[in-house]
Amino acid sequence: MALKLYGAPVSTCTTRVTISLHEKDLDFELIPVDLFVGEHKHPHFLSKNPFGLIPVLEDGDDITLFESRAITAYVAEKFKETGTDLIRHKDIKEAALVKVWIEIESQQYQPAISPIVYQYFVAPIQGKSPDQAIVDANVEKLRKVLDVYEAKLSQSKYLAGDFYSLADLHHLPYTYYFMKTPCASLVNERPHVKAWWDDISSRPAFKKVAEGMIFGDK
Amino acid sequence: MVVKVYGPAYGSTKRVLVCLVEKGIDFETVPVDLIKGEHKQPDYLALQPFGAVPVIQDGDCTLYESRAIIRYYAEKYKDQGTDLLGKTIEERGLVEQWVEVEAHNYHPPIYTLTLQILFASKMGFTADENLIKESEGKLGKVMDLYEERLSKSKYLAGDFFSPADLSNLPFTQRLVSEMGKEYMIRQRKHVSAWWDDISTRPSWLKVKDLL
Repeated sequence: MALKLYGAPVSTCTTRVTISLHEKDLDFELIPVDLFVGEHKHPHFLSKNPFGLIPVLEDGDDITLFESRAITAYVAEKFKETGTDLIRHKDIKEAALVKVWIEIESQQYQPAISPIVYQYFVAPIQGKSPDQAIVDANVEKLRKVLDVYEAKLSQSKYLAGDFYSLADLHHLPYTYYFMKTPCASLVNERPHVKAWWDDISSRPAFKKVAEGMIFGDK
Repeated sequence: MVVKVYGPAYGSTKRVLVCLVEKGIDFETVPVDLIKGEHKQPDYLALQPFGAVPVIQDGDCTLYESRAIIRYYAEKYKDQGTDLLGKTIEERGLVEQWVEVEAHNYHPPIYTLTLQILFASKMGFTADENLIKESEGKLGKVMDLYEERLSKSKYLAGDFFSPADLSNLPFTQRLVSEMGKEYMIRQRKHVSAWWDDISTRPSWLKVKDLL
């Protein structure tokens, strides 16, 4: 199989990629990397990604890529004529707005939401309770970001325009886990954000992947 | 019609300006004073609702986030000026990979150092020495990985200058000049050679001191 993805079905960054592969109806093999035994720090894995992070994509002998958003960009570009149009390459203005909102997720949304998800999902595994100071500080940041999203989504159905794109897709994994935390009201209280979330999280490509996102489930 | 670029004094904006020069695209700059809070004023927020620099206006197109703006111009003007995206889809993939490495691994600690060391007193808080030490440690580890990569490749994405290298310019310049941490670059042979190469490009020399 040409496309091999090294990662974990519960991982936010891995699933960012698997969702995009499903949106494109692409066949791929998901090769598990066991973070709990430190497999991502073994020399074998470090030879694929010296940063020791999942996921890593191998596309035949052509390329090995790490960084989930670089992988989704590569997949969306290489297979732009297949499956869902994720990057709007036929319209340069639409494509530009997709690029903007991809960066907003990366630089504004992710830094605020990931510490909250970490505190509720990862800290308990290490035997700790969620650090309320960290949660509170990031809830404040996320609140401000979501206020901008609410305004934007009152003007267009999706972030880059009236079309689903990679920009919306990138939000799925962290938000999925976030919605299981006590902070989910930040989304639920904002009608347009909530409607957008309900829409993008009901897409078949995501639902397929979400079945494996059982981190923290008892 | 020239591209209007807001906030030329700041690192993230300078990334965009380097790209525009490399692509031979004319621009004019509009100063934004972050210390005075101009980025939080309604006029500015109407352009960039997250209150960050840069934002650009190109005809009726308003774009923000430096790396998005760079990707837009690199693609739109692929056949003009420096080819920043490589010749194949695989080369482009490597550009994206190393831009993401800069965005998620290099930028956070170097940005923290910039705020703590250069802006603490201007912004009215006390610099956190532990945070500075921790950030320098994190940045050093990323630089070690850059060193490994650059021992095999002239530039980060391959044998061509790309947004992956470009994105490192502005904050690294501050690191070696104003922050007095040039030793971090010089201790690493390949990073040092790479730095000397990219920091002497005419595009960087043209924009580095703009205010």
